[in-house]
Amino acid sequence: MTQRHDIRFLLNGREVTVPDVGASQTLLDFLRLDRRMTGTKEGCAEGDCGACTVLVGRLGPEGLSYAPVNACIRFLASVDGCHVVTIEHLSGPDGRLHPVQQAMVDHHGSQCGFCTPGFVMSLYALWMAVPEPTETQVETALQGNLCRCTGYAPIIRAAVAVSRYGSPAADHLNTERARVTAQLTALRDGVRVVTGPADDLAILPADVDDLASALLEYPDATLIAGATDVGLWVTKFLRPIGPAIFLGHLDALKAVQVDGDALHIGAGASYSECQDAIADHFPHLAPYWDRIAGWQVRNMGTVGGNIANGSPIGDTPPVLIALGAEITLRRGDVRRVLPLETFFIDYGKQDRAAGEFVESIRVPLPAEGQIDAAYKISKRRDEDISSVAAGISVTRDGDTIADVRIAFGGMAATPKRAAQAEAALRGAVWSEGAFEQAAQALAQDFAPLSDWRASADYRMLAAQNLLRRFFLEQDDATTAPVQLATA
Amino acid sequence: MKDELSIRGAVHTDRIHDSAIKHVTGSADYTDDIPQPQGTLHAYLGVSKVAHATLNAIDLSAVRTAPGVVGVLTAADVPGCNDISPTGQNDEPVFPTDKIEFHGQPLFAVIADTRDAARRAAELAQVDCTVLPHALDVGAAQEAGYPHVTAPLKLERGTVEDGFAAAANRLQGRITIGGQDHMYLEGQIAFAIPGEDDDVVVHCSTQHPSEAQHMVAHVLGVPSNAVTVNVRRMGGGFGGKESQMNLFCVVAAMAAKKWNRAVKIRPDRDQDMTATGKRHDFVVDYDVGFDNDGRIQAVESSFAARCGYSSDLSGPVTDRALFHADNAYFYPHVRLTSRPMKTNTVSNTAFRGFGGPQGVVAAERMIEEIAYATGRDPLDVRKVNFYGDAGRDLTPYHQQVQDNIIGRLVDELEEAAAYRQRRAEIVEFNAGSKILKKGIALTPVKFGISFTATHYNQAGALVHVYSDGSIALNHGGTEMGQGLNTKVAQVVADAFQVDFDRIKITRTTTEKVPNTSATAASSGSDLNGMAALNAVEQIKGRLVAFAADKWGVAPEDVRFLPNLVQIGTDTLSFDSFIKQAYMARVQLSAAGFYKTPDIHWDRASGKGRPFYYYAYGASCSEVMIDTLTGEYRVTRTDILHDVGRSLNPVLDKGQVEGAFIQGMGWLTTEELWWDDKGALRTHAPSTYKIPLASDRPRIFNVNLADWSENRELTIKRSKAVGEPPFMLGISVFEALSMAVASVADYTVCPRLDAPATPERVLMAVARLRAGA
Repeated sequence: MTQRHDIRFLLNGREVTVPDVGASQTLLDFLRLDRRMTGTKEGCAEGDCGACTVLVGRLGPEGLSYAPVNACIRFLASVDGCHVVTIEHLSGPDGRLHPVQQAMVDHHGSQCGFCTPGFVMSLYALWMAVPEPTETQVETALQGNLCRCTGYAPIIRAAVAVSRYGSPAADHLNTERARVTAQLTALRDGVRVVTGPADDLAILPADVDDLASALLEYPDATLIAGATDVGLWVTKFLRPIGPAIFLGHLDALKAVQVDGDALHIGAGASYSECQDAIADHFPHLAPYWDRIAGWQVRNMGTVGGNIANGSPIGDTPPVLIALGAEITLRRGDVRRVLPLETFFIDYGKQDRAAGEFVESIRVPLPAEGQIDAAYKISKRRDEDISSVAAGISVTRDGDTIADVRIAFGGMAATPKRAAQAEAALRGAVWSEGAFEQAAQALAQDFAPLSDWRASADYRMLAAQNLLRRFFLEQDDATTAPVQLATA
Repeated sequence: MKDELSIRGAVHTDRIHDSAIKHVTGSADYTDDIPQPQGTLHAYLGVSKVAHATLNAIDLSAVRTAPGVVGVLTAADVPGCNDISPTGQNDEPVFPTDKIEFHGQPLFAVIADTRDAARRAAELAQVDCTVLPHALDVGAAQEAGYPHVTAPLKLERGTVEDGFAAAANRLQGRITIGGQDHMYLEGQIAFAIPGEDDDVVVHCSTQHPSEAQHMVAHVLGVPSNAVTVNVRRMGGGFGGKESQMNLFCVVAAMAAKKWNRAVKIRPDRDQDMTATGKRHDFVVDYDVGFDNDGRIQAVESSFAARCGYSSDLSGPVTDRALFHADNAYFYPHVRLTSRPMKTNTVSNTAFRGFGGPQGVVAAERMIEEIAYATGRDPLDVRKVNFYGDAGRDLTPYHQQVQDNIIGRLVDELEEAAAYRQRRAEIVEFNAGSKILKKGIALTPVKFGISFTATHYNQAGALVHVYSDGSIALNHGGTEMGQGLNTKVAQVVADAFQVDFDRIKITRTTTEKVPNTSATAASSGSDLNGMAALNAVEQIKGRLVAFAADKWGVAPEDVRFLPNLVQIGTDTLSFDSFIKQAYMARVQLSAAGFYKTPDIHWDRASGKGRPFYYYAYGASCSEVMIDTLTGEYRVTRTDILHDVGRSLNPVLDKGQVEGAFIQGMGWLTTEELWWDDKGALRTHAPSTYKIPLASDRPRIFNVNLADWSENRELTIKRSKAVGEPPFMLGISVFEALSMAVASVADYTVCPRLDAPATPERVLMAVARLRAGA
């Protein structure tokens, strides 16, 4: 099979070919150290502050689309075939400020200025997607950008005013869309890419079948979808990751579609890529989805990766377990399907064999009478890891609770169902008393840990209260709101 | 045609930050963006993995032989003095020799071809040490008999025992106030380039170039004149780059001299947050006597601070906590003591407010206690305790409050925010809402302006007018985002009556202005604006003399008009006038100087006038909490803040807005959490949560008190703005407290500790519901 040994992509206005790209080489270091493009800043090197935000344009089945990402944890190899747009690309050739830049200047949106290029890039992406955003849309777009000086008010004023400075239609990413599409199309040679030194090998399979084969060739390879976790292994823990097999570029793994009575999510679909389908079919998850990390991370991270890395505090496993999700694991051409909750065996241990990968997630559509809720509690509302997360799914048959599935994150070494609480509710009459019993039963289900996110006592009390909240929210007798408004 | 009636960028007008365009285009250079000479090396720190130990030996053989490594630096490599204590206490080694005093303490540095190689090698050291028991917080330190890191302070006025005896009511309590990481977006960084002889130039991100210069000289064992420290701008400072940059500067400089190559050091965010100091956390024990109207009769408080292993700036920080333990309130009898405790944690340091905010939080807690004890609206308790006329105008440090405007500020804000009506509505809402509860609070701020180390209140500036009429401005202050350079340039533009654009703002460098003070204590504009003005006045004096002489007019007939100079009946452009002055050999350059008048402080007696003046402010915040989870939102904040006659209202407003959010973050979601081994586990933005855009109040009305004018002769009658508005965030903390109090019908003070995380809010709700 033909292979390629370099990475090719568009960097602002130029095509670049980089030979010998190690798996652990980050896009940010490439920009700052190799290219001396210093407008993109490193604030945290863990995808939390957004100072390194760049846009990555990718040619998908529906054409070219740009999304803000964190260059600090984005591996260089993963931008093969993409268009990388940095802050240096915004001002016109005559030095004229871009509408987003001019709005930021006029509204005094910078003080120390270090976070500013990252904010400009996020706002640029927002303006192209939503030229006249509401304040809430701005806040959601800026969940992945930290500013320590301004208190954000002037930045938000700038963001809502940008459309007065110019229209996205005239922006060069739009006017040059056809040319860039053609260039990116030409870069797609459909071959496997193998690059980098032997101890830091990066492999980009040609397609999903090639991914399956590559994983048989390198059964202990690090699998990288969005790199929002693996990126930190490199930047924070200096862990070797080679050989690494990248899968974020595989269109076939990004499919998100309803098939029969379930939504199927390809393991390579980012949170953003499945956001619309999630909101359409599981409306209770729409606000929850907006609280997964920040925009940049949602554009990179995948549901598949969130599951496969086995974290006890991942956002999606509890809510997907409550919905009865199943996953398909594939090794070579052999596939097996298992209920999501059985995938998590213990802390750091999942039911995944060497050479196997998560191919897709199947989430059954809600049945008649099914009431679903998803709750996340964190120290800070947005862009934070949960102290407690819960998925609750109750099927009512008149006044009786016919079935119930409750899963929690942050309460045990794995995302886990609350068997005793479920038992207290299953078959019970819908009542405050039944939920009170379930809340008490949680103490048998879990013995949570104390750490910097929350104490064990808080975790237990809050988890119990989430069952109480669910009852109040769903009970006809409740008239006043029982949860803070999302916006 | 140019508008000739006024200049662009005059004082008291809005002007964008001078680097705004560079910020938004990514072309503003920070230290890490400076092009590196060929052969530049990179340093990284190797740190301790234990909190307290006897250091027996460090085996660095694996480090030295790691790929790319050029060498290592340990205490033995320090050519001069192995100490970087900013207050001269000789208690802060660059690298330790015989003991480890906190988890994360730098033990050595490794120098390599790349930063990555240096980082990897730093992990390979074998540290032989004998672990000792550690004390992480003030409670443990007091129990273990740990010493103070510096001499405590006592402030006393009146006879506190008599005050308590006469008071109808008395209560005691304790509040724990958490620390805060600066979380400047640009981390610590220094980049040293060796020169001939003993010379070294250090580019870095410090608020205190002169101190960095002196530290590098001290550690290298060379005179200060061999060391140049340059700062173009910082990506945020907030006090975290006042003394904390010294370590990085000296390591880079030592390595640069040892290997005769340029050396850069930039810790990653985790190391930045674990190896450098933070805001001090405090445990405050208070005892307050008050009458039935809530009027305070006597206060006795003790302020114990987690200072960390060395003194750093803990002396002046804990002093300032006491200076602000009164906030805006008169204490007829008072005794305040500080307890700057040594702990086995990183040495805490300056952070916006410098101990003042902790003092103010403690004052507001007493107000709250009195309000719940007397059943009164906390705002009424605040008002009856405000400083007033003679007899009620002396602070615990015996300074008379002469410029008090807190009454008017609070009254205006109370009206504008419709405080009374909204509070009544909130009480009604809470009665009918089972799960969600609201709270509202209006809190005042009075903040003393001047370094309490009186000698720091001096500044220099250097102004050159070139023969083409362009102007170069340099001063001792540093730009960290606050707009100092913009404001000082406005002062110069105004004094010469030329457009702002004509003035080139240059980097801060110890080569141009020596012996500067830290850009800290909110003093940047006050000090450097005056020094620059002094330089301009010197040049103008020479120009006027020249013109009067040449044109044969009286000096008062020489006037600087917008971009023009009028001499008698003649009018010249500024450029041509300067050209003529140059041709006539007039000196067109001057070094300006300023020292704050009328201040003095005797620490031993606890008496004096440490502050030139006070800045005031008030904020009113409304919150909603969820009593099932402790989650909350800030729904509205109204602010009225005093900056005197603002030099640049839009920049000042930016400071107020930003400081409020930072203060709110300190008291809500920003939590420092150490594990039982003494390791800080909230050491990056993934675990340490500063406010996001979505955390700001949904309704946010911020106004400057445009009627205020500094009664002292400060620069253009303005007031300092950096720190005072940080304490406006306390209104959020107090509003959360009211929301919690609602579950016990406002009869019990919730005694929330800070930060009021969702956990603390929920646990306080549970405690109050249980009647504890």
